This record gives sequence, structure tokens and C-alpha cells, in this order.
Amino acid sequence: MRRALREKRSGLRPCDFETARIDTYVGTVLALDDVRVRPDLLDFDCRNNRLAQLCLEQDGFAGQVAAARDRYGAGRIGFYLGTSTSGLHATELAYRRRDPETGALPADYRYAETQNAYSLGEFVRRYLGLTGPGFVVSSACSSTAKAFGNAARMITAGICDAAVVGGADSLCLMTLYGFHSLGLTSPGPCRPFDADRDGISIGEGAGFALIEKADRARSGATLLLGVGESSDAYHMSTPHPEGLGARIAMEQALDSAGLQPRDIDYINLHGTATKTNDASEDKAVFEIFGPETPCSSTKGATGHLLGTAGITEAIVSILAIECGLMPGGANTRSVDPAMKSNYLLENRQAKVTRVLTNSFGFGGSNCSLVLGVAQ
Amino acid sequence: MRVFVEGVGLLGPGLRGWEAARRVLTGEEPFCSASTVIGTSDLLPPAERRRTPVPVKLALAVGQEAFENAGRDAAATATVFTSSSGEGETLHHMCEALASAEREVSPTRFHNSVHNAAAGYWGIATRSREASTSLCAYDTSFTAGLVEAATQVASRGKAVALIAYDQPYPEPLHSARPLLASFGAALVLAPYATRRASATLELAVLPGDERPTRMSDSGLEKLRLGAPAARALPLLEALARKTQGDVVLDFLTEARLRVTVSRC
Repeated sequence: MRRALREKRSGLRPCDFETARIDTYVGTVLALDDVRVRPDLLDFDCRNNRLAQLCLEQDGFAGQVAAARDRYGAGRIGFYLGTSTSGLHATELAYRRRDPETGALPADYRYAETQNAYSLGEFVRRYLGLTGPGFVVSSACSSTAKAFGNAARMITAGICDAAVVGGADSLCLMTLYGFHSLGLTSPGPCRPFDADRDGISIGEGAGFALIEKADRARSGATLLLGVGESSDAYHMSTPHPEGLGARIAMEQALDSAGLQPRDIDYINLHGTATKTNDASEDKAVFEIFGPETPCSSTKGATGHLLGTAGITEAIVSILAIECGLMPGGANTRSVDPAMKSNYLLENRQAKVTRVLTNSFGFGGSNCSLVLGVAQ
Repeated sequence: MRVFVEGVGLLGPGLRGWEAARRVLTGEEPFCSASTVIGTSDLLPPAERRRTPVPVKLALAVGQEAFENAGRDAAATATVFTSSSGEGETLHHMCEALASAEREVSPTRFHNSVHNAAAGYWGIATRSREASTSLCAYDTSFTAGLVEAATQVASRGKAVALIAYDQPYPEPLHSARPLLASFGAALVLAPYATRRASATLELAVLPGDERPTRMSDSGLEKLRLGAPAARALPLLEALARKTQGDVVLDFLTEARLRVTVSRC
């Protein structure tokens, strides 16, 4: 991901997901077709859990959790994960195989292990051998950002000593056709904050992080400095036009971190590339941060990963700090002149110590995180 | 963790609101299972009311009752929604449409399909811009929600409402995941003993597989096991009876939540 960000690469390509016939671009994890879930977890086999497993096997993450399990005990590590559609694609496929006489779903359809929102939680829990308390957050596109708040509260309350956060959200027909029905899918690769932006590119992805108490973490680890959560109280699928809910989430995140707007070096925007989302987010960002603070959306590179946008962009924020890189927004050609924030089109190398990252979802569910290194 | 119960909302089969259900839970009246009656909530404007799916109506109804009993302003209170089943009817219609040749899906149905649909409508209805989350932990979703709500009360030092709800699926999903009945329960939890507070809950997450508290009435016990949100019943019974003592709720397979209930 470091290299992809440095090269401003976009993984978006014309939609060829399953039988979808929609004129749009998607971010597909191509390796998924070859993934086989671990034999003891075969009941959980579906696109979403394959994606989760593929991710758990990257970067030595499962090994790090195993080491934490030795340190804390399996029962003292919680798991707070997010997804918007879980293994819904398994249900979509099952509905094509209904009994023509009775309408029944095929006998091999497994609801609990695929469709239920908690399927991801149980799969990851078993894969990592955790017995601590946990659950799945499903608040649409803010899910895995909010999971950071859950983990922090649980650790503070002494319910666990460490926690796995993150999640998986895989492509399915429901989101492709659903966003298309709302007129929100772009026919090309999405262009956040562009004057000619015309909608989102849906992607799939997974990401995980291990959260520990600051005094137990390895030196140099990124700190979760603040979390802000709010509701728009406005509309199910349209953000508040003035970005009111977004503003409250960002202000709360700064407050809980004990920071001022000027303390933030870079903002990773939600920036989905719909007309309304980007306009309202720009208003909210400008109102708090003014015209200076560099900001960008990385959705031109990844697409909108829906429930896993939060963890993905938290990881981008951590990489921005580690690499001293503020990523320029891929695909965007010219920033909408109506936007007042300092949107980055090109990568910028600079010292980054604190990042604010935004995730906003359907139902007006907003979450902002502040990540940083100790001063 | 300690929280104070300010208000309760409840709807289930033969349990028509907290006041009426209390008499059943205390044993003053027998439990007679009958279809859950979900009244029309006046919280939403008529146009929105027509568009809201049944699980959302159920969540709004029990949430509203809990806030009325607590005498607290919903607009200023954070919420934790928890459900195992989410939006079953909407899911069914979407999957049917996607299995058809035309694949014509309704944009309203699509935005109603999210697990946090109830939370979204709650925000619109109550004008609450406070934090809200939507959780799932399969059969133990109520326990997960209660733990989350209590940690929020502790960390924010402010009241938080827990709204748990489950609505049976239509066929063919019902056969794959049979739920016995429509059930919703809501608790308004405060960080200190307010005038309205009726009980104190001391919460502890424990490892192990201790047997969860059962209902003595066989009909209520069947309901407890038949609808995930109804796993709240032993706690609701303790609140109705104003008894002091421990209630054990299951939390996934390898943990339990012990709730020590006392009067305040």
C-alpha cells in the first residue's frame, strides 16, 4: 500500500463483478477467487470471509495477534469489527437457486455463517483463536471507524486488555445495483472533489489493527488520540447539506484528543466523489480547519470500501505518519472551484505527526478519528 | 461498571408495553402469547412513517416508551441499537429483485436495507445528533449492546439508551433462521442515580460458560430462546419484580455478563 500511495496508483477498473451489468468502475480484490477458507472454518465460506482471511494472512498480522494472545491470554483480547453487507452475496446466490416448487433456499445455504452481520465476527474470532468479548458494528460506511471507539472504551473499562479492530466488506449485487438505483455510481473511476465528479466507485477490502493500551504498545506505534461520533438527523442516504453532523464528529474527535485544528497536519477525507457528500464535507472541514490544512480522499485509489472505508483510511493515516507522506487524491484532475479546503492533487512529502480521518455513512452515521505519534 | 436504569420500553408477544408487561413479569397476570402489536409511532412525519420497515417501527416504539418513562430528552441522548436480524423484509425484497432478470431495485428499499436503518430513522425522528451505533452479536446481540451502552455511559458520563429489537424474517429466509416472535426492549441508562432511576446495574464480563438465567414461566423461557432480543427477559423480570440479585446473560459462546441488580 505504501508503494501504491507513493505512485498514486488507482486499483479501479471497469465493473466485471459476477453477473453485474452496470456501467461503472469497481475495486476488486482479484486474488479472492483462489482463496480457500481454513478447513476447520468451511461452514463460513463466502466471499466476505475469504476476504477477511486473506487480509488476516497479510503483513504477519495473525502472528502478531498470536503473540498478543500469549501476552494477555485469549480471553483478554476483544474484537470489535465492522461490515456493511457481511456475507450477503451468499444470500443473493441462494435466491437464484430457490426450489421452484416450494421457494425454499438450497439446503447448503448457511445463514448464520454468511448472511448474519455477526458472521464476520465469529469467523475472525475463531481464525485468531480469541475468546474475549466482541461484536460487529454495522452502521454502513462508518462501521470500522466506529470500531476504534468501541475498542478504546472496552479497554478503558477493563473489559479487555487489547482488541482487534477492522473488518471486511466484499462486493455484492445489492450495493452495486442499490447505489446505481440512487444515481450515485460513477460511469468512470471516481474523482473525489473534482469539478466534474459524478459519483462513487464501489470497492471491496479488508483491514485489521491490533489496539493495546499506550503503555503496553511497542515504541513508535501510532496512537489513537481521539474519536468523535455523531448523527446527521437529516436523511437516510443524503448527508446534511451544511455538513453539520460531520462538523460535530470532527470537533468531538479534536476535543477528545485535547487538540486544536492547527495541530492536525493532514486530513484523510471521506470524499466519496458524490456531488452532495463532497460539498457538505468541504463546508464542514473549511469551517473548522480553514483554507490551509492539507486534505485529500484516497477513494480515487481504493474506491469506496463502504464498511471498511474506516479501517482502510485509518491505515492510510498511519502510513502517512510513518512515511511522511500526504497522499494526493488519485483520478481528480481539477478541484471543484466551489471547494474551499486545501485539497491535495499531488503527493506531498512532509513530517506528519497527527492525522484526522473521516467516515460518514447512510443513516447519517458519522465518525472521525485522530491518529498520531507521541510528541 | 455501574449504570442506573431510568426508563424501560418493551414490546413482545403478549407483552404490550412496559407497564402492562410488568404485571406479566411479576406473575400478577399470566403470560398469554399473542402476536406482537407494534403501534404507529407519531415520532416520524407521515411521509417517512409510510416508508419505514417493521423492524424500524418496532425499535422506534420501544425507544420512545423508554424515553417517556425516563422523562429524558431523546434529542440529547446517545443511542446503541442492537439486532441480530436487522432488516429482514427489505433484505428479502432486495434479494428477490436481484434474482430476477430485470434486477430493478428500489432506491428507498436499498437505503432501508442497512443494519443501522433504525438508528437513521431514530435520528431523523428525534432530531438527535448524538452518537449512535448499531451492533450485532448473533443470539447474544442484547448482551453486546448492554455492555457497549454501559461503557459509553462510563466514558461519556452521560445517559445512553440501548434499543434491542428483532423481527422474524419472511420466507424463505425464515426457514433458514427461524425467529419465534417480534421482540423489542429498550433501556435508558444514566451514570448516576437520578430522580427517575429505579434500579442499579453492576456489570461484569466473565469468562466461562455458566448457565444463563432462565425464565421460570415456560412460555417466557421459550420466548427468551426464540428471539435474540428476548434474551433481555431475565433482566427485565428482575427490574419488574424489583428483586435484588444476579442475572447471568450469555455473551457469545465463551463469556458471560453478570448483572447485579439492586434498588436505588
